[in-house]
Amino acid sequence: MDQLVAVTADGVIYSAWLFLAAVGLTLIYGVMKIVNVTHGSIYALGAYAAASLTGALLARGMAPALSYLVLAGSAVLVGLVVGPLIERGLLRFMYAKDEVVIMLITYALFLIFEDLIKLVWGTDPYFIAEPYGLLGSIHLGRLIYPTYNLILIGIALATAAGLPLVLARTRVGKLLVTVIHDPEISRAMGINVGRFYLVTFTLGSMLAAIGGAFTAPTISVVPGIGVEVIVLSFAVVVIGGLGSLSGAALGALIVGLVRSATIHYAPQFELFVIYSVMALVLTFRPRGLFSAAEARKI
Amino acid sequence: MDPYRTGLIAAALAAAALAPPAASAQDAVKLGIVAFLSGPAAGPFGVPARNAAEIVIEQVNNGKAPKPYQEKGFGGAKIEPVVIDEAGSTTVQVTEFRNLAQRANVDLVIGYISSGNCLAIAPVAEELKKLTVFFDCGTPRIFEDAAYKYVFRTSPTATMDSVGAALYVQTLKPGLKTVAGLNQNYAWGQDSWGDFQAAIKQLFPKVEVSTSQMPKLFAGQYGAEISALLTSSAEVIHTSFWGGDLEAFILQAAPRELMQQKTIVFTTGETAMYRLAKQIPDGTVIGARGPFGAFAPDNEYNRWFAPAFKDRYGAPPNYASYQMAQAILGVKAAWEKAQAANGGKRPAIDQVIAALEHVEFTGPGGAVRMAIAKGHQAIMETAYGQTKLVNGQMTVTNVKRYPAEQVNPPDGVKSVDWINSGFKK
Amino acid sequence: MSRDRTVPILVAALAAAAALGPLLPDWMLFLLTIALSKGLVILGLVLCLRAGLVSFGQALYFCIGGYAGGALGRFWHVSDVLLVMLAGMTAAGLAALALGFLMAKYRGIFFGLLSLALSMILYGLLVKTEAFGSTDGFNVLPFTLFGIRPAEAWVRYVLLVVVCTVVAVAAIAVNRFLATPLGQLAPAIKDNEIRVEYMGASARYAIHVNYVVAGALAGLGGAFVAAAVGHIDPEMAYWTTSGEFIFVTILGGTGSVIAPFLGAIMFYAVQSFAFDLSPNTWQMVLGTALLLVIVFLPNGLWSVFTRRQRA
Repeated sequence: MDQLVAVTADGVIYSAWLFLAAVGLTLIYGVMKIVNVTHGSIYALGAYAAASLTGALLARGMAPALSYLVLAGSAVLVGLVVGPLIERGLLRFMYAKDEVVIMLITYALFLIFEDLIKLVWGTDPYFIAEPYGLLGSIHLGRLIYPTYNLILIGIALATAAGLPLVLARTRVGKLLVTVIHDPEISRAMGINVGRFYLVTFTLGSMLAAIGGAFTAPTISVVPGIGVEVIVLSFAVVVIGGLGSLSGAALGALIVGLVRSATIHYAPQFELFVIYSVMALVLTFRPRGLFSAAEARKI
Repeated sequence: MDPYRTGLIAAALAAAALAPPAASAQDAVKLGIVAFLSGPAAGPFGVPARNAAEIVIEQVNNGKAPKPYQEKGFGGAKIEPVVIDEAGSTTVQVTEFRNLAQRANVDLVIGYISSGNCLAIAPVAEELKKLTVFFDCGTPRIFEDAAYKYVFRTSPTATMDSVGAALYVQTLKPGLKTVAGLNQNYAWGQDSWGDFQAAIKQLFPKVEVSTSQMPKLFAGQYGAEISALLTSSAEVIHTSFWGGDLEAFILQAAPRELMQQKTIVFTTGETAMYRLAKQIPDGTVIGARGPFGAFAPDNEYNRWFAPAFKDRYGAPPNYASYQMAQAILGVKAAWEKAQAANGGKRPAIDQVIAALEHVEFTGPGGAVRMAIAKGHQAIMETAYGQTKLVNGQMTVTNVKRYPAEQVNPPDGVKSVDWINSGFKK
Repeated sequence: MSRDRTVPILVAALAAAAALGPLLPDWMLFLLTIALSKGLVILGLVLCLRAGLVSFGQALYFCIGGYAGGALGRFWHVSDVLLVMLAGMTAAGLAALALGFLMAKYRGIFFGLLSLALSMILYGLLVKTEAFGSTDGFNVLPFTLFGIRPAEAWVRYVLLVVVCTVVAVAAIAVNRFLATPLGQLAPAIKDNEIRVEYMGASARYAIHVNYVVAGALAGLGGAFVAAAVGHIDPEMAYWTTSGEFIFVTILGGTGSVIAPFLGAIMFYAVQSFAFDLSPNTWQMVLGTALLLVIVFLPNGLWSVFTRRQRA
């Protein structure tokens, strides 16, 4: 019984983390049809910014309770700076190109960012343990879980529920849906597609940075943390269906629970879990679980 | 512009880029240094090793090292380091090794942290007849799968870490019944766990393994693994985690009291123990892959090396730094021995190799003996201890040292066979 | 694609490399061998790219080729480079044949991501196989040619000549294939698959054939790289390896069968240059170089040579 509770709890916690790490990618793909490899770098930037800023402020005597605001703030700042920089500075001129070429541009940016991050922050690890331990723990049966995980789950739920709501209920959201379906016609109808792309990319960057920032208290921030996130995010997003937010959430949940069960009952298969789920889903539902219907142009 | 001219100019530029640099002063010794300068292995190993190389070479070049290393450079010849990043695939590393050997024309190479690279580079070093000294990589396969003339390793293999850990656990828990493992799912983790399992089964024939968690390298999130370990019946958990994974695991395990409920053996924990002092409970078993860092002997070499390193780089040297330092000192000892035998003239590489075989020297980590693999593989003693926070400072207590012959296989015997034979001498 | 001068130019370049070989330093011969071998993989990718399919998992076949060759040496003590090359090509080709039944059904990004998943599954399998040394891999037998092991000083040269010959044959063969009706279907499929079906041709069949050829070429490249480097490990199947291949494909451009090899030589030269001159920031140098090529030469490096032909 303890094990079942553990499997579920671990699964949900991992799913929340996975969703947070992946949601920026699915948003950008959904709207702009760009596979944004730089997503991994922005995640890492969010983590580094959060860890170094929070660490510096805590060392100067900031109240630990404020560290959560600093985490969120630094992530938003990173998104607001990096997003427009990339989109306005480079991508804007490349939209006419093939989607693979745009993906390669983001891959080139990822390489550049890896070294930039190393130049700014060096190779030493950063970590901020205070926000992680501050909220105490919950006891589930014999097991102890830090309450911090609830924050992760909370943010993930808020994003998973909030974004689709924004898309469906607000005016801006509905306009965004038109842009997603057909940028050309949207432009013809007077919608400023360029501005929507800017906003989307910035929002996607912020979400990536938030993923990194709120993961930072649980890990040691070292070079290379962005690399792993890229592939994981791809997998989740593909399982759910590219461009579908609820799909990404469901995909994250499935991967999280399957992985958790594997670790408890058959740890030797852990290595294959995510790619096997991905291959399996793609074999039976080639466009992912919840793929948006696409009109075919003849 | 005419495309054919463009092409010619491009080709000329490429040829210029690939042209070898001008030859340097005859007196100097060009030393290739290869370590991770980027990626996750840079922080815990590559950069500390590169820093150690920098400071040791500088001090040796200025004649500031303690006796018998007091002569400047290698036998009077200034050491000129050529540093290369160990990042990228083995293909890239083999390419760069060939470039070091044939384009930059280094006299010898000291480097390599990744076992995969060591395995790939060894035959290439042999082919190019370039003296290559591995300073950190752990796999025993290098000299167990093949024999080399031009390849040496001045640090013991990873087998020593696992056997030492098993022996230490035996002193801590004489009635051990169950163990568990948490290792990264790649060759290093698999081999470390395999060796530890084999060793612990020799010491405790009835021991059971309740779970072996093998998360992906660089996974970073270990919540489920921690839960699985908490719910298992194991008393001792062996882990060879390193770098960011090690620290993430400690950070995630601390609030969940895993390290309090079970005794965890961190075979390479030394790199994290100071930074994460507050998270590690007293009594946790820590290793440093040998007598390095906190386990280094109080000899004059350590009294010279550690403060010099700390002054320059702000943090104390960790085991990667010690291993690099002893590699350079070992080569220096052999070089000068060969030079003396050569009547004081600069020795040929073959003479240095002859001097390196079976050489015994002392470094900041203590005595190093190139005793196995026909004199090409070093053995040293090892040490394990338990952490204890004293006045907020991290220290180690209950330190046990194991002599080299107890934790390293004898010459000519494969590590795996040696363990399974009951550590037959 | 310009057919008139492609074959003579390619054969001339390769013959020049073979003739100049003894004069060039060993490290340059090694670099050329690796670049040309990987160029074979990229040639396959170009074939798929023409049909609008980007494989993010071509490393799968590259790895199969390398391991097939290596296993031949390790378990059956066969070291002849031609046999190793055939083994790599056949193993990878057969795998592509089998997987092609699944893969030919997918298009666009899903093709790419499914191929990625498959290559990562192979990676996982190899990591778990301790008989193959897990992530450390194993060293392959030094190669022989017709039973003779070349003298130490000639090893690099002999391998380069073999690779040059095979590359020439492969490029000519692919060029011929592209002139056939089946070969010319690829751009049509990329443009409008439904019309291709209405014409009576099978898009799936054409894609499957392209996929098998690409897989076989990748296996061939993998076997050669294994022979040149002397070591194989699971990283040959990792997604970063596939990423590198796609990088070079776009770098070289898809305009000709020579483009992949040109792109490969430029890329590995720049990478080596970057490692040498800026060991602390080589990734940034590489990323910037790629960005510059994409921005200023959108059709790849090959477009520099074809501008003249545009009326």
